[in-house]
Parts: sequence; C-alpha cells; structure tokens
Amino acid sequence: MDWTAYLNPLMQGAWVTIQLTFYSTILGAILSFAAGIGKTSTNLAVRSLAVTYIEVFRGTSLLVQLFWLYFALPVAGQALGIDLRLPPVVAGVLALSLNIGAYGAEVVRGAIEAVSRDQYEAAKALNFTPRKTLWRIALPQAIPEMMPSFGNLAIQNLKDTALVSLISLSDLAFRAEQLRNFTQDSTTIYTMALFMYFGLALVLTAMMKMLEFYVGRWRAGGR
Amino acid sequence: MTEPIIKFDKVVKRFDSFVVLDELDFEVRPGEKVTIIGPSGSGKSTVLRVLMTLEPISEGVVYVDGDTLWHEKDANGRLRPAGEGHLRRMREKLGMVFQQFNLFPHMTVRRNITEAPTQVLGIPRAEARERADDLLDMVGLREHADKYPHQLSGGQQQRVGIARALAMRPKIMLFDEPTSALDPELVGEVLNVIRRLAEEHDLTMLLVTHEMNFAQQISDRVCFFDRGKVLEQAPPEELFTDPKQERTRAFLKAVLESN
Amino acid sequence: MLFGIAWDTSSGWAFAISILPILLRGLVVTIQATVVGFFIALVVGLVWAALKAAPLRIVSWPAAIVTEFLRDTPLLIQLFFLYYVLPEYGIVLPAFMTGALALGLQYSAYTSEVYRAGIEAVPRGQHEAARALNLKGMRTFTHIVLPQAVPRIIPAMGNYLVSIMKDVPLLSVVTVLEMLNVARIIGDRTFNYLIPLSMVGGIYLIMTLIASAGVRFLDMRLPKRGIPLK
Repeated sequence: MDWTAYLNPLMQGAWVTIQLTFYSTILGAILSFAAGIGKTSTNLAVRSLAVTYIEVFRGTSLLVQLFWLYFALPVAGQALGIDLRLPPVVAGVLALSLNIGAYGAEVVRGAIEAVSRDQYEAAKALNFTPRKTLWRIALPQAIPEMMPSFGNLAIQNLKDTALVSLISLSDLAFRAEQLRNFTQDSTTIYTMALFMYFGLALVLTAMMKMLEFYVGRWRAGGR
Repeated sequence: MTEPIIKFDKVVKRFDSFVVLDELDFEVRPGEKVTIIGPSGSGKSTVLRVLMTLEPISEGVVYVDGDTLWHEKDANGRLRPAGEGHLRRMREKLGMVFQQFNLFPHMTVRRNITEAPTQVLGIPRAEARERADDLLDMVGLREHADKYPHQLSGGQQQRVGIARALAMRPKIMLFDEPTSALDPELVGEVLNVIRRLAEEHDLTMLLVTHEMNFAQQISDRVCFFDRGKVLEQAPPEELFTDPKQERTRAFLKAVLESN
Repeated sequence: MLFGIAWDTSSGWAFAISILPILLRGLVVTIQATVVGFFIALVVGLVWAALKAAPLRIVSWPAAIVTEFLRDTPLLIQLFFLYYVLPEYGIVLPAFMTGALALGLQYSAYTSEVYRAGIEAVPRGQHEAARALNLKGMRTFTHIVLPQAVPRIIPAMGNYLVSIMKDVPLLSVVTVLEMLNVARIIGDRTFNYLIPLSMVGGIYLIMTLIASAGVRFLDMRLPKRGIPLK
C-alpha cells in the first residue's frame, strides 16, 4: 500500500490529538493557577488541598491516573450507587489536565514566590489588599517567568495525549496502531506518525513562544 | 506646642535576639522635616519601615496622627495588636520612597502612579490620570509618562517613585535612603525634587540619608541614631557644627572624610 | 491467580492483602526497567552531549535535530516503533529490553541537556585559569570542569530517574509485566479495578516520595560552589 493512503486516517487522528491537547492544556493551565496560588495561600485548608492534589498527581504515573479514572472510578461509583462511568474523551481530558495541572502548579507557585520582596513591600506601602497585590502586582510579573516552563509542559501534554489511545480514543497514536494492525506496514506508519507528532510539537512550540512574547511585551528590550 | 504627628513610646524592635530599636522615644511634629542619620545597623531605616507597617514592633507603642499604629483599642479601652483593617486605615496617612525605587516593572510610568489611587482609593481613572500628570509635571517627567521603568535612568525612576507615593496624598512622607542606589551624577535631580517638596508643601517628612549637605539645607531637625536610640538631636546648623556627643562627632568626621 | 499466587475475594481487605505480593512482583520489574532505562539514558545522553558540543557543525547539527526529535515525540510511539520495526530488520529483542531501550532513548534527549547545562554552568574563568596553568584539554575537562559540573548534574538526573519510573507503565502495551500491567490483569479477572489500581497509585506515591527525598538529600549534601579538599 502506498504511504499516501495512510495520510487521511492519520490526519483524522491528528485532529483528535490537537483537540485533546488544546482542551487539556487550557484546563491544565486553570488547574495550575488554582493549585499554584492555593499553595501560597495563608489558609491552611486551601493550602493542604493544593499540596495534596499536587503531590498525588506528580507522585503517580499518568497512565495509572488514566486507568484509575477510566477503570477504577466506575467500580467506586458502583459501591456508592452513583454512575461514575466516564466517556473515554472525558476520562482522557481529565487525566491529562489533572496531571499537567499538578506540574504547572509548581511552576506557578515558584514564579509567584520569585517576585521580589521589594515589590510586595511597595504594594503594601501603597495599601493594596493582598488579593489586589496578587492579581495586579505579583501575577503580571510572574506570568512571563512561567512561560518557558509552560512551553515545555504543553509539549509534554501533546506527547502524553498518545496515552488516551489505550482507552480507545481514536487519536493519532490509535489510528497508527489501527493501520498497523490492518497492513503490518509498521515502518512507514510509525515513521509518519512520529513526524506528524514532531510537526505538531514544532507548531506548538512556536505558538508558546509567541504567547511568551505577548505576555512579556512590557519588558521587551529591557532587563 | 502642637501634638506630635509621630510618636515612638519606648519602642523595642528585635530580630531574634538582636535589638534594633532599644526603647526608642522619638517625636515628629506636623509639617516638620526631620532627617535621620547614623551608622548602619543603628536602626534608622527600621524606624521608617515600622512606620510604613512593613516591620512589626516587639514592644512599646507607636502613635501616628493621634492614633496607635500597631495597636487598636478593645471594648475595655485596652490596647491589643491591630488587625488588618486598622493597619489599612493607618497606612493611608503614610507614603514611602524606597532606596531601590521598587517601581512596578510591568506598568508604564503613568500606570505606576494611577494604579493605587484607582485600585485602593477607588478614584475614577480620568481623575487619577490628571493627578498623575500633574505630579509628573512636578517631577519633570511628563514626556516619559508612557515609558516603562526599565527605559528610565535611576534618577528618573526615583522621581517616579516620589510621584507614585504622593499620588496617595499622604500626610507623612518617608524617604528611605532615596539616593543611595543612584550614580553620583543622578543624585542632584532627585534631591531637587525632594527639596521643592519640602519648601512648597506642609507635608511631614522623615528622611534617612547620607547626604549631609542636603540634610542641612532642608531639615528642621537632624537626629543622630546610634544603637537603636536617638543619641543626639538638634537643628542642623547646631548638630553639624557643634555636636555634643563624642560618637556623633566621630560619625560626622568619618562621613565628611569619605565624601 | 498470577505468578502462582492466588487472591482472596472474600472481602476488600483480604483482597488487597492477597494481591499485594503479586503487585510487588510487578514492582520489581518496574524498578528493573527504571534502572536499565536510566542507565541507557545516562550513557546515550552523554554521547549526544559530546556530539552536540562538537566544533564541526556537520556533527553537532544532526545530533541536535535527533535529540529534539526524541524529545518532541511520544514515548508510546517510539516504543511501538522499536517493538514492531526492529524485528523487520532482524533485530529481535525481548519486550523488556525494547521497553528499556525506548525509555533510555527518550530520556537521553533530556539527560544530554543536563550534561550540557551542567558543563556550561562552570564559569569561563575556570577554563581560562586551566589554560593559564597550561593544563591539557582533556585534563581540564576531567579534573577542572567535570568535578564542578557533577554537583549540578546529579539532582537533575535524580529527577529524571523518578520520571522514568513513572513512565514504566507504558511498557505494559508491549506485554511487559510491570506493576500497572499486573494490576490490570487482576482487575480484568476479578472485575475489581478499584483496589489494585488504587494500590498501584499508593505504591507509586510512596516510591516517588522516597525518591524525591533522596534527591533533596543529595542536593543538600553536594557542595554547590567550592569542592572541599580532602
């Protein structure tokens, strides 16, 4: 079979991969900020919750988390009398975002804590509330610092989406595996799949660089 | 004699076991311009940081504008440590200029000045902008309003720092070594702004500096701090020409020789 | 029954206790794969680092592109590629070795960066001082640069060791009986996924917490600036 015949099904899979990456990166970013800010909170309950979330999802394997959500959660639901069966796409996006969010949370916390004491003192002298200090002074300075790490996490997330093929979501990895089953033409198919992932990664990197420039435009040319 | 606007009553400040302020008694009258001098570690910057509520005190009571700064009265009229609400009300009376300027790097010059008035005082944006532009005229930086701090020289940044503090209309201005981080050729422009402020306004000003000539020109009173206490204080002409204490003399001699 | 060990489904606790030894058998495989994969990553990564640092562009550029490619593509596809493509060229490896090789190759891209960053963090002045003392290039590297780079390298490598351990479950797709695969088989046969999968999560948590504490301990013990003289 000619390699062009593989192109269409692989492209369909790539489109699913793109969507998975997009949604789980957005949701993961939200979780990153929630847990990262939560970990810097003075409220013990909030801090403990954030720390627990971060430690559990950083401390276990993504595939374990994915299987747990997909296979184990319904069993737990059964015991409680609730239907907790998740469609593969929900389990996939949830596992990916929870996982990447835990890593992102450490990036967010680190960047917030790296904002110099002087800035917090200036904000206090001008009578900003702690909340306004966070949102208007600390975060705008911290976000550009987070961007290189966020770029790496986005790539990590793109690669991790391949795991959802194992719960039968028809992403790029799934399509490749399916085609190989049909045709046994492993070399061509996996080479194409690898290059398509590589292409997606390059595009994603470029997009994250643009975002990095955009959020840090106030310091363009400076520093 | 009017009531003091700032009063330290037997204030102690410790860092671990190190005593920075040692039962300090210290007063400033409304509108007075006071310069604090002294060797490093004498507690002079700590006085400003305590007033700005950046540094809590260990013992004693601080009064600002007739009210306790670090305490509030409970139902029985007894003093207890102040809550955040009280501290916020007290902070409104004070403005501070930092040694390292501490401008917000992600905001333009104008935004640095309007941010606190709009976000903290709730002043309409247009009015805050007008206020900012007036202040920028005063410090001679109107044409730099749309630049970011990193595009300005240190002297210009510090002038923005002064404008930013003034935009909150404080009764008391605290200057913490405002020219120490500047290259020598940029010191003058900042001192000129402070001098004009001292001459044209009835602000109470408290200044920590090593610029002795400048202190002599603008101060009503100079206080020599040593080991967490006011060792000697007098009008500048008196303190600089005829210091009573041996340690004051030694300090002034050392400073004059290093200049 | 798995590995000759039967499970007891009379109650949740009994089930958990009876499958623990089976899961620990899987854990042994997980640790073996981690160690072999890490070793490959350390060695191959050093090769990449040397090639990327080569003065000849015809050497350094391809190395840079290959490592970028390894870093930017999913481990799962790399694993499938090795598993299905190598035999077509007559290279037949046991599934475990294929898996460890895939782990090692992917992480070699990361470790090569660690080597590079560690070596570049040694100040230029150190190279200049070595030249002033007329040390040979090789001796400068082994006696001046490397001892200063190692303390920076070790904690980062430790973190990748932990990452590799968390990626081992992927080897289950090529039939390696590591811990997650074992748990899934138990689940498939008993229709109870909750207990074995939760136990795997718990064991992972314990392992990574221990490993992270180990990395932190190393990081604290290693000299950052000066290397003390014996």
